[in-house]
Amino acid sequence: MKVLAAMSGGVDSAVAAARAVEAGHDVVGVHLALSRMPGTLRTGSRGCCTIEDSSDAWRACDKLGIPFYVWDFSDRFAEDVVDDFISEYEAGRTPNPCMRCNEKIKFAALLEKALALGFDAVCTGHYAKVIRDEAGNPELHRAADWAKDQSYVLGVLTHQQLEHCMFPLAETPSKAQVRAEAAERGLTVANKPDSHDICFIPDGDTRGWLAERIEMTPGKIVDQDGNELGEHTGAQAFTVGQRKGLRLGRPAADGKPRFVLEIRPKDNKVIVGPEALLAVDELRGIRVSWAGRPISEVGLGTEFGCMVQVRAHGDPVAAVAHVEQQADGVCQLVTRLVEPMRGVAPGQTMVIYQDSRVLGQATIDSARSTAWDPAKVS
Amino acid sequence: MNTSAVYLDHAATTQLSGAALQAVTAQFARTGNPSSLHGAGRAANRVVDEARQQIARAAAAHPSEVIFTSGGTESDNLALKGLYWNRVAANPQATKILLSGIEHHAVLDTAEWLAAHEGAELVWMPVDRDGVLDLPAATALLDEHHERIALATLMWANNEVGAVQPVTELARHAAGYQIPVHTDAVQAFTAVATDFAASQVATMAISAHKIGGPVGIGALLVRRDVVLTPVQHGGGHERKLRSGTLNAALAAGFAAAAQEAAAQREAEYERLAGLRDYAVAEISRSIPEAQLNGPADAGHTQARLPGNLHYTFPGCEGDSLLFVLDMLGICSSTGSACTAGVPQPSHVLLAMGRDARSARSVQRFTFGHSTTRADVDRLLEALPEAYARAKKAGMAADESSIHTAGTGFTR
Repeated sequence: MKVLAAMSGGVDSAVAAARAVEAGHDVVGVHLALSRMPGTLRTGSRGCCTIEDSSDAWRACDKLGIPFYVWDFSDRFAEDVVDDFISEYEAGRTPNPCMRCNEKIKFAALLEKALALGFDAVCTGHYAKVIRDEAGNPELHRAADWAKDQSYVLGVLTHQQLEHCMFPLAETPSKAQVRAEAAERGLTVANKPDSHDICFIPDGDTRGWLAERIEMTPGKIVDQDGNELGEHTGAQAFTVGQRKGLRLGRPAADGKPRFVLEIRPKDNKVIVGPEALLAVDELRGIRVSWAGRPISEVGLGTEFGCMVQVRAHGDPVAAVAHVEQQADGVCQLVTRLVEPMRGVAPGQTMVIYQDSRVLGQATIDSARSTAWDPAKVS
Repeated sequence: MNTSAVYLDHAATTQLSGAALQAVTAQFARTGNPSSLHGAGRAANRVVDEARQQIARAAAAHPSEVIFTSGGTESDNLALKGLYWNRVAANPQATKILLSGIEHHAVLDTAEWLAAHEGAELVWMPVDRDGVLDLPAATALLDEHHERIALATLMWANNEVGAVQPVTELARHAAGYQIPVHTDAVQAFTAVATDFAASQVATMAISAHKIGGPVGIGALLVRRDVVLTPVQHGGGHERKLRSGTLNAALAAGFAAAAQEAAAQREAEYERLAGLRDYAVAEISRSIPEAQLNGPADAGHTQARLPGNLHYTFPGCEGDSLLFVLDMLGICSSTGSACTAGVPQPSHVLLAMGRDARSARSVQRFTFGHSTTRADVDRLLEALPEAYARAKKAGMAADESSIHTAGTGFTR
């Protein structure tokens, strides 16, 4: 196969590309230039598309004896990932930009270009597995190493995208093993630190970064019953479940910490309350997609058991799910959680699993708690 | 399939000539600082001195006008900063720099640095759609601003679209006001006629590795009556304009290449222009929608660099076409400056009035002394299909046929 290896400059994508080469594929390495301001230097585990990342990717390709190119997707990235990130926060939601990048950049813009240029697949260093059912349809599964598993951030991939994915790290038992393999292969990135945080917020200060881009107006912080507790400098900078940085002068009556329960950009209100009220037991998701063929219950509209995961490294919880057709024709994925979950924010993605298989995903539109009625705050 | 790569990026750098290789290797084996007073030093100095004379002859300059530098970028920096500082010291009002929008980054970024840090004011001379200076407009700007102009700068031939500029005409007009003119002749030197003495320019930048010499050496030709403020200080080498131990081996290689290229210039111009015309005729047949950028050079009047082909290929991104051709063993260029390998729309095309989108759909093929008819045939053979494929990859940025969660949520 002709394989395009997306090379971030990190150890995972380098080893993935090495394995693709070793498997006999015709591999070309491509580093995606996503930043509008290339040429910055990397500091610690932060930053992306830096000179070091690009040259690390080049050096890895050179070691593997494969061609290397830098392709510019900075315009698309700014529009589909960065601008989207800002507008989601503006709307009081908490997006996952890495998923958006997988959905719109790596496995859409890049894949599209790769297919047109004669490639058969895009290979990345994600820890996830694509396997085929008896009819040859692709299914997305968790990686062998569940601790490193990244199937969550790939949950957004569709049947067509999965057809052209290659994840050579699927069966790797541990990250340590990938590093050891990189060292053995003479790849200089063997000990490069993992990337954390959001790549386009180099200093990791998401709130400060947002404050420069979203017009923040001071407003009220109220409790679950609507009592005023204090002021905030801009509702959009808060995240559901957040505990730190509320700057409330007086403690709660019971002396326990308070958490952000809800953000209402329309009223410019931040609602806080005790941890217990963070528990939600029903999630409703929009922008539903299926990772491969949907299971039969989806078409029938009947209930099915599944596990729900709402963040990249969150524990999955058991749920009963069904698909609901709305009056406007849009479908919603509804999951009722067996055990309530804490700190779920609209905008987050829920990915649903059966055993190791990813069934599909939806963007959380509402997360409800039976213990608290948001209507109490007007 | 392909036996060997076809190298069509001679404007980036060209193969070391046999004579240059021989000169460089012979000198690298010897020891001696040209500034030393003993026998070994004198021997090294003799090599440098001979190189200086040969380069001066090739450029129609006097040997004492040849200031060795590390290459074109350094020469441009020395010329612009040196002229600017000297002129402003004499007349603090003379802070304007006249320049065209098609200059190489070595000139452009130096001028912008002078504007940002040294109080320079940039006055832009317009170019036409072929990338050639609008001379009447430029001379009008000289007339209008002459009392406050520190210097004017105009490249002799553009590195992207190959347009040869009316440098001599501009310099003659500027001479009427005693305004110094710098020219970046890195691409033009030994490709077209560049007579330093006759041109009346104050300074002219040239580089070895574009003409068959080694990378790492170039020169700034500085007219004897022109005074520059040095950028680099030290031992006072090179008329105190450029301190630093001279590299005798590189100088010898530069001189060998310059001598050879200058001697063959007219014949080589005809040979390369012939190959270029052949390619233009074939491409206009095989890819009618491709647009040649830059002057046509009909009748071989030296309106364009003989080895330069620069095309807009509508609907395809330059880097996609570069990729497909590279896979077929053909080395080409998108012709624009890269930062971390990221292609930016070319400022030259933008200055020529193209929009950002079409400025990204370009490809440059440049021929040099080692280019053969067989090389050109390989390009012509590969190009139509390569273009078709790159076009299909398209402006992938626009719209995707890939079914994503966003396009495909269940209704």
